[in-house]
Amino acid sequence: MDFTLSKKHEMARALFREFAEKEVKPLAQEVDETEVFPRETVEKMAKAGFMGIPIPKEYGGQGCDILTYAMCVEELSKVCGTTGVIVSAHTSLCCDPILTYGTEEQKQKYLPDLAAGKKIGAFGLTEPGAGTDAQGQQTKAVLDGDEWVLNGSKIFITNGKEADVYVIFAVTGIVEKRGRKVKEISAFIVEKGTPGFDFGTKEKKMGIRGSSTYELIFTDCRIPKENLLGALGKGFAIAMHTLDGGRIGIAAQALGLGEGALERTIEYTKERKQFGKAIAGFQNTQFQLADMATKAQAAQLLVYKAACKKDQYQKDHKTAYGVEAAMAKLYASEMAMEVTTKAVQLHGGYGYTREYDVERMMRDAKITEIYEGTSEVQRMVISADLLK
Amino acid sequence: MKIVVCIKQVPDTKGGVKFNPDGTLDRAAMMTIMNPDDKAGLEAALRLKDQYGAEVTVITMGLPKAEDVLREAMAMGADKAILVTDRVLGGADTWATSQTLAGAIRNLEYDLIITGRQAIDGDTAQVGPQISEHLNIPVISYAQDIKVDGNSVIVERQYDDRYHVVKAQMPCLITALGELNVPRYMTPGGIFDACEAEITVWGRADLVDVEDSNLGLKGSPTQIAKASDKVRKGAGEVVNLDPTEAVDYIVGKLKDKHII
Repeated sequence: MDFTLSKKHEMARALFREFAEKEVKPLAQEVDETEVFPRETVEKMAKAGFMGIPIPKEYGGQGCDILTYAMCVEELSKVCGTTGVIVSAHTSLCCDPILTYGTEEQKQKYLPDLAAGKKIGAFGLTEPGAGTDAQGQQTKAVLDGDEWVLNGSKIFITNGKEADVYVIFAVTGIVEKRGRKVKEISAFIVEKGTPGFDFGTKEKKMGIRGSSTYELIFTDCRIPKENLLGALGKGFAIAMHTLDGGRIGIAAQALGLGEGALERTIEYTKERKQFGKAIAGFQNTQFQLADMATKAQAAQLLVYKAACKKDQYQKDHKTAYGVEAAMAKLYASEMAMEVTTKAVQLHGGYGYTREYDVERMMRDAKITEIYEGTSEVQRMVISADLLK
Repeated sequence: MKIVVCIKQVPDTKGGVKFNPDGTLDRAAMMTIMNPDDKAGLEAALRLKDQYGAEVTVITMGLPKAEDVLREAMAMGADKAILVTDRVLGGADTWATSQTLAGAIRNLEYDLIITGRQAIDGDTAQVGPQISEHLNIPVISYAQDIKVDGNSVIVERQYDDRYHVVKAQMPCLITALGELNVPRYMTPGGIFDACEAEITVWGRADLVDVEDSNLGLKGSPTQIAKASDKVRKGAGEVVNLDPTEAVDYIVGKLKDKHII
């Protein structure tokens, strides 16, 4: 086992880091304060190829692996959690299911613009009554001639109003399974601008405030029959498989937030003087930093392992990575919350002010324990595998 | 159109400068970057490629590890890369470097050669113009804008307070200012391709029409007596005075030091 990154991964990391420092970091505080989607940054990322990292070249992507994509989200999130999740939701939750389940026509139609960042992607599964319990879906899709008619709403949708292409889940029937009636869910591709597809309220969030989080409303929204994604009735499996991949992106975001907070805290504790010396000179600070760094490193190994497993899956379509993804997300998100909280503590009163990045990072970190499967869901996934 | 861009791997001054015991730079021990003016030259070439279609070849002379800067250039969009490396070429000053690069470029077809104005480790601004002399082609230095017009280039040549518009027939050589443009980022896919790409490696034997007496340390008229890191300046003095008083204060200080 060799823990050394290859030359190409080292170069990619250097690229992401340089971009994050030059283009993203200077805007992070403003994006948080104003809650404005960083459109210009997304355009710059599109130009640099960041919006299509794991998409094959034949569909206009960069043809890189999941590890490279995870490192991109990690480096962006070190300086701005909002920018990290924009790339993650776009790539993992929209591009990936189209790549995995789309017909050749759907891939040719949607992926080149998504991979080039000319269009942004989003994913709509969650509903007011269906979060962790995805079976609680109320949004319905009914086939009427050559069109599906969608009715219902989705909430907490990342990239909500800024996206152009949406992967949406809806109930397409009721089927009997083991003597019980269960909802049959299917996946669809819906484009912005389709009549009957509208936006509801914008969420006022604790963190990742620049990411556009909206309610999506479908009122007799008619989409072409061929916009069904994957097989009819296989939507739940598509959603779960997509979230397995999405968790690697969110784990990478959490990892970046923790690492970013650690970097800021190391700098700060070397400068901040109390009782006549830098607070880095006190053993409490040293031990806290040691714990933070060790946990961040452990999280990185889990995230990279899950990413490499998914890479293996992309090649053989056999390797399972769901448990590794769940472990990576569970550990990285809890690490991010712990490390950012300690970072604020080590910054003292200044850390509680919006002048210092760690305050924003602590708020940003919280969501990583919740979205794309709460920590509790990750524990369910992991334990189900242990006890099967 | 075929464009050759000369690039140099230079020490990244952010990473600290290290010296050999003899006072020369310990290049192997330093963090490195692509020389900023050269990067602007490469970006100019890539823009010409985007606009008119061109094949961009990057060339560098240096240690084997200079391959990194060539891969970076390819990850930005350069098509081919050539590393000129040989022990006998070591210790070259601008004369020997330009002889070496000209000797290598004689193997290539080109319409345009672009170099950076100067490298941040030497600041001489001599290599580009010297290459043009060796190859007997026109040079336009300090370019702040480059356009192609048929078989010619039209270049804005920068001066401190004005610029000249100079037209030259290709083939010619242009030296680029760092201010010429904002270089593009590498792309992730470009990095993956660049790491797989083959880099042509040339040694002394591959150089055309160059005398041994013009190569390496022995062929370098310049001998470095000593090199040193930037001398740290003092913290300086800050005074808050109104403009009239400030002028008197500064003049007084200059007189004290017998500068005026």
